Amino acid sequence: MFEVIFLQFLNGLDKGAAYALIALGLTLVFGTLGVVNFAHGALFMLGAFCAVMFRQLLTLETVTLDPEKLSPWGAPLEIREPLVQAWFGDFGAVLVNYSVPASIIITIPIMLLVGIALERGIIKHFYKRPHAEQILVTFGLAIVAQEVIKSFFGPNPIPQPMPTDLRGAADIGAFLGMQANVITYPIWRLIYFLFSFVIIGGVFAFLQFTTFGMVVRAGMADRETVGLLGINIDRRFTIMFGLAAVVAGLAGVMYTPLLPPNYHIGMDFLVLSFVVVVVGGMGSLPGAVAAGFLLGILQSFASMTQVKALIPGIDQIIIYLVAVVILLVLPRGLFGRRGVMEA
Amino acid sequence: MTVMSRNDLLLFLGFTVVVLAMPIWLHPFGAAYPDLLQRFMIYGIFAVGFNILFGLTGYLSFGHAAFFGVGSYAAVWSFKLLSLDAIPAMIFAIVISGLFALIIGYVSLRRSGIYFSILTLAFAQMSYNLAYSVLTPITNGETGLQLTLNDPRYLDRAMFEAAPGQPVPTLLGQSLGGFAGFYFCAGFLILAFFIAQRITSSPFGMMLKGIKSNQTRMNYTGFNTKPYTLAAFVISGMYAGLAGALLAVTDPLAGAERMQWTASGEVVLMTILGGAGTLVGPVIGAWLIKYFENIFSAINENILHRFFDFLPDGVDNVLVAISSKFVGEGWFLTLGLVFVLIVVFLPGGIMEGVRRIAHLFDRSRRSPTKPGKATPHPQPAE
Repeated sequence: MFEVIFLQFLNGLDKGAAYALIALGLTLVFGTLGVVNFAHGALFMLGAFCAVMFRQLLTLETVTLDPEKLSPWGAPLEIREPLVQAWFGDFGAVLVNYSVPASIIITIPIMLLVGIALERGIIKHFYKRPHAEQILVTFGLAIVAQEVIKSFFGPNPIPQPMPTDLRGAADIGAFLGMQANVITYPIWRLIYFLFSFVIIGGVFAFLQFTTFGMVVRAGMADRETVGLLGINIDRRFTIMFGLAAVVAGLAGVMYTPLLPPNYHIGMDFLVLSFVVVVVGGMGSLPGAVAAGFLLGILQSFASMTQVKALIPGIDQIIIYLVAVVILLVLPRGLFGRRGVMEA
Repeated sequence: MTVMSRNDLLLFLGFTVVVLAMPIWLHPFGAAYPDLLQRFMIYGIFAVGFNILFGLTGYLSFGHAAFFGVGSYAAVWSFKLLSLDAIPAMIFAIVISGLFALIIGYVSLRRSGIYFSILTLAFAQMSYNLAYSVLTPITNGETGLQLTLNDPRYLDRAMFEAAPGQPVPTLLGQSLGGFAGFYFCAGFLILAFFIAQRITSSPFGMMLKGIKSNQTRMNYTGFNTKPYTLAAFVISGMYAGLAGALLAVTDPLAGAERMQWTASGEVVLMTILGGAGTLVGPVIGAWLIKYFENIFSAINENILHRFFDFLPDGVDNVLVAISSKFVGEGWFLTLGLVFVLIVVFLPGGIMEGVRRIAHLFDRSRRSPTKPGKATPHPQPAE
């Protein structure tokens, strides 16, 4: 019995990690700029498509016709030669194999640029407007981003293979000193979980231990005073928006092998992440992370056949149900601060 | 009951004429066929109802499609169980969706602002997910709920023999296909508009507007605002149910995708595009979105090539390549862009644009007669 519960717990971790990463970015934006960003899911999706694009670039091929050899039906045989391998040899092959993790390198600058452009271009004008209008404009932006991606990459999911070395499952049970082959867990999910841990830790460390992070935290607490001290808080908040975009993008990149991305993957995650943010408490970073993992794990438990037999359909609604209960019982969410988005 | 003011009466009469004459004046736009006109009416009702909640009280619900879907299911069940007549179906659908809205509204309205939006979204997603999974005996899952030949239809069977052939909804024995269906829906839209107009100008409507501008102050003056917002929520849920039922009358097939949150987003778009808080705005928004959805998604590259035919070859191809991204499959891109532009530059929607233009004309017409008062900075003498 313990093994079953432990396995479900593990199963919830990777989804929980994705929720936590998206919710973290949402909360960063909300806590700093006070903007309810419905386009955050689209940033997750854009990150995932950075990985797709990177792989498509890596696997560009030259097609030459070989006049010597003929295919069985008499046409000249095509020779396909991947450009990267032609140029870099073995290193190129490794690069193609590891295209998903490698695309992190291009994702970071792209998402930073996208985030800053978005903030400076449009969201900047919405600080003082009501939350309803912020929701609406970012919702419109999300539709635009989605449709642009759809027109370039098509409507179908594009599977991204994980690196060959990282396929298969790890025997976690044996590692923890239990019976072998009872608790096995796909390696990539484990990596995703660890990756999210590194990112979350990095963001917290950045906010906690750097001068920049200190100023940002001060600005979150009292923006006006920080501005009066002669600090250009707006510019720092813009960079925080970029950082939130990077976090969402990286979450998207690493998730591609688990779920082939299509253009509305962001929307699917966005609705859930908003629920996560609200459950954790608007504006609370630890709350967002905790609620992300909590809901991911709860969802995984609700998908157990025993639970489903007990309460049919519970796996479909558990997250929303928890959100409704928490919102009604704890008006500020799990870790919400007093005075932030109350009422 | 208070007497309608002259302006209200004119607006109502004008609206009625415009709606009833739609098959005529939409003819040059290529939209005067019953199927599309029916959808104009149905989504018009949906948007008018949504506006009673969002436009008057300022509560942004992201789960209104749930009531729309519940209305559809209720209507189809009424066709299956009771009678093929549209009247019981409409009543049944309105009652059921009203009850549904009462429950969801009672819980969701304990919070406001973004929490309210998330709560309604959560409830709508729950309904959607359940409709696809556990509730399949009621909703028939992905296939959608349809009429079949051997439905019980107790009321009909009790009165007369079942007619042969595929069952279709009727009104007192009259078929509701084509333009008959349009006028049936149009009647409901006009009625819905009338009720919305009465609500807006009633003391109840004033109360709702007061809640929008400052709820705390309303509470301090001694009003318990909760019953008012709940009433607005239920009314707007019933409107959505009515619209859903009409969709089931014109096409007796109810599917769960009507309840998805994108459908809720669509009605928000309609209301904002037209102008939240105005009476006519949401209807215009609904018509425009449905019209352009229909027109834009039908355009393909061949039509574009014909359209840009007069240009030189190279330019022609470039223009077609660019504009084809915005039509056909990509029509949502256009919608998203227009929507962003509207929210950024014209937060009051199309109605605010109309008002601004009218204001502009008004001033330019009045300024020559009263030069001193209308313009604080008099023009320099020439």
